[in-house]
Amino acid sequence: MIERKVSVMVVGAGPAGIAAATKAAQLGLETVLVENRDILGGIPLQCVHPGFGLHYFKEDMTGCEFIHRLIDRMHRAGVETIVNAYVHSIEFYSQLEKNVNVVTQSGILRINTKTVIYTAGARERHLFELNVHGDRIDGIYTAGEAQTIMDLYGVLPGKDVVIIGSGDVGLIMARRFALEGANVKAVIEIMPYPGGLLRNIVQCLKDFNIPLYLGHAVTEIIGSKRVEAVKVAKVDEDQRPIRSTEFEITCDTVVIAAGLVPNIDLLEKIGVAVDPRTKGPIVNEYLETSIPGIFAAGNALVVNDLVDYAAEQGEIAADGAKIYIENCGIPTRNWTRIKPGRNLRFVVPHYVSRERDVVLYARVQKPERNVYLSIANFKAKMLSLRPAEMIRIKIPFNRILEDNHRVISVEVVPYE
Amino acid sequence: MKKYRVVIVGAGIIGVSIARVLSMYENFDVSIAEMEPDVGWGISKANTSIIHPCHEEDPERYPLRARLCREGNSIWMEWVKELDILARWPGELMVFHSSEEEREARKYISFAIKNNVPGVQVIYRDELQSYEPTINPDAEGALYAPTAGMISPFEAVIAIAENAIENGVKLIVDTRVSNVKITNHSVVGVDTNRGSIDADIIINAAGLYADHVSHMAGVARSFYIKPRRGEYIVFDEGVDIKPKKILHTTPTPTTKGVYAITTVHGNLMIGPTAEDLPVDARESRTTTENGLSYLLKEGGRILNRVPPPSKIIRRFAGLRPEPPQGEWLIEVYTDPFGFVNVAGIRSPGLTAAPAIANYVLKLMIKKYDITLVKKASWVRHRKSINRIRELSLERLDELIRKNPSYGKIICHCRTVSEAEILEAIDRIIKIGVKPTVDGVKFRTTAGFGKCQGSFCRWRIALLISRKLDIPLHSVVIKRSPYGLGDVKLLLRSRMVNKT
Repeated sequence: MIERKVSVMVVGAGPAGIAAATKAAQLGLETVLVENRDILGGIPLQCVHPGFGLHYFKEDMTGCEFIHRLIDRMHRAGVETIVNAYVHSIEFYSQLEKNVNVVTQSGILRINTKTVIYTAGARERHLFELNVHGDRIDGIYTAGEAQTIMDLYGVLPGKDVVIIGSGDVGLIMARRFALEGANVKAVIEIMPYPGGLLRNIVQCLKDFNIPLYLGHAVTEIIGSKRVEAVKVAKVDEDQRPIRSTEFEITCDTVVIAAGLVPNIDLLEKIGVAVDPRTKGPIVNEYLETSIPGIFAAGNALVVNDLVDYAAEQGEIAADGAKIYIENCGIPTRNWTRIKPGRNLRFVVPHYVSRERDVVLYARVQKPERNVYLSIANFKAKMLSLRPAEMIRIKIPFNRILEDNHRVISVEVVPYE
Repeated sequence: MKKYRVVIVGAGIIGVSIARVLSMYENFDVSIAEMEPDVGWGISKANTSIIHPCHEEDPERYPLRARLCREGNSIWMEWVKELDILARWPGELMVFHSSEEEREARKYISFAIKNNVPGVQVIYRDELQSYEPTINPDAEGALYAPTAGMISPFEAVIAIAENAIENGVKLIVDTRVSNVKITNHSVVGVDTNRGSIDADIIINAAGLYADHVSHMAGVARSFYIKPRRGEYIVFDEGVDIKPKKILHTTPTPTTKGVYAITTVHGNLMIGPTAEDLPVDARESRTTTENGLSYLLKEGGRILNRVPPPSKIIRRFAGLRPEPPQGEWLIEVYTDPFGFVNVAGIRSPGLTAAPAIANYVLKLMIKKYDITLVKKASWVRHRKSINRIRELSLERLDELIRKNPSYGKIICHCRTVSEAEILEAIDRIIKIGVKPTVDGVKFRTTAGFGKCQGSFCRWRIALLISRKLDIPLHSVVIKRSPYGLGDVKLLLRSRMVNKT
């Protein structure tokens, strides 16, 4: 067993992890980044479509271009990286020492670190997490898996495709299939509104004449060796299928794009407190979790729709790690709890110090136009808010909150 | 000594168990014909995985079932060690909620006495929690049977098949028997979709299709198998409800018992439902909305709390072969000579399988006047694939130094290494089966976890494609290829059509 000592250990070399490791190194902290795949970059590697980097680099790039720019920058900052490295377990020893056990092909690496920045991304919701019955047959792929085999390994999964879920990955994959000559028969969305960005609805579905069924659900998958058809029905307000509206679509492929869940098994094993709304850890404004010195960023913290925000969160966490190391812990503050109020599904981070500007990430429950985002006496005008588009807003908490604010709710309120 | 050429129809738990027992002797030259692409993909793959104590078998009504179930329970305790099959022996609690259910449960005490099942007793509410903390506190009591065990049923079939094959048995998969050939009142072989196989003895262990095969031989013409579907739900390993013992509801005349167990792989599983299907619905393994809600409800009767449905990671259904009056059909025929039925082996078939195999051999010796000659070199033991999941970090570190492939993790949810996947592929090839992603999954548990393979399926497929030197798209997942072809296939065929 090889033992190592570092200040910052970053778990997962996707956009958040790479940005975190880069920032940590730039701040002069001894940093190591581990990645379980054999290549750095994470999911953007397989994203051959544009729309990356508009905020972060003020440029429109593909996922591959974006991530390679981040990787180049990280190498210039001198970060040590280890690929084919699987984090087996994290042990919390003390405020200043965590042991991270990493399985590599040269043996077990035991990294003793002051801080961990956890950026292990998200996993996709799969068939069995949806209310879909029927046969468990070949021809069913999660969107990410379909994207991996198409764009990393050049495999065409099928030719007549039904996509479950209109999240961005589903929309992007609808277009990918269409571009390769497949017949994308339908995108089925259980909610009454699309799950993905407006630009993707236009560029991926409308431009390719792909039908989008809002307020519908796939109820059953039919087939013997491979998918032959799906049953689809309208749903009522509680998202229960209305059987009388059921119809069949023949297809040979089902792609599940029903959303992502933060991949935080390792954190849950050591007792990190989890927000049931985001399914990610509860964090303070440094993105530190409930366990001292363990930070989270990117999709492992909260499912983002833009890579730019994932990278930004990585940097915030690196700043946090620096403060943590300098002070032997994040100094005690008179924390104010931030809670989601009217029409908000979640708000991250969960605690702020009221001492500085903090970037809030939030998502509305349902679409709403002509509203304010309101916190105490602070109001920001928003023309249109949609669940698919995460709100990112920098809030000057030091100016808007009084000392007596222990819990403050963030709300979406209509124009008066 | 006459050497009998034996064809066993069906590589399920019954077929491979018989093959293993026959492989101990010089008298038999055994082949197994299996219609599926791999062993154990029928009834044996999808069941509750329990090794029953045999206190639920009525010795008067079903004497054979009772006897072989009881014997099987003890034989498994040896077989799982000899064959390195994942197993646990936690005992079971049959939970009752009313005096009516208690009466029913108590009935099994007399069965236990008659069947010679040790340790069966009633536990009342005041003691129940100390026996099993996850049990529903409203339960009045439970019938405890300490000899209940559980195994990984698909792993059991694989292990027995590997061992039998090491001892000379041949396996032919993708082979469906279409005719039993009979000359002068004796079987001479079978016709299959892949040609005919000569045989002196044909053992019908064809599971859901055993009635068809029996009819081909012209025996037991009124014997029909009715498929009975059983659905199951499996929860994420991370849920906090993990019964130590096997828990189940008290069966009533109208409802079968539902089990709540922690599988040998560490997941809470609830099931089965019991739904009789039409005689021809022998491939209907669909899951249903009703099945799901029934299992959640019954689970709530057994457990103090059922985890939320959002923690379900897998739902599946299996078919059980229900024979007329629930009666197993185990018979060695002299007309046609050489035909053997081991048909309609419904529950407790998994438990009884090794005992059934011994019993079939005994019947054959008697009816066919065989004098057994033991093989001098029969191999009793088989080792399981070396799994790193339960290893200490120190042991894993040593292992990786010997073989770095153990240090490359393919399935992140269940910590399965590349070395294990490669070993599974080698073992699949060794028994004469074409490697599939599902075949690897059932041998390594890669893909059994929280993400259900969305991160590892393509990695496993890549390893298979490299091993077989075939393109990734042609790797078979379960029964069909991963993809249609390369990503430009459709565009290229369009270009060709235009020009």
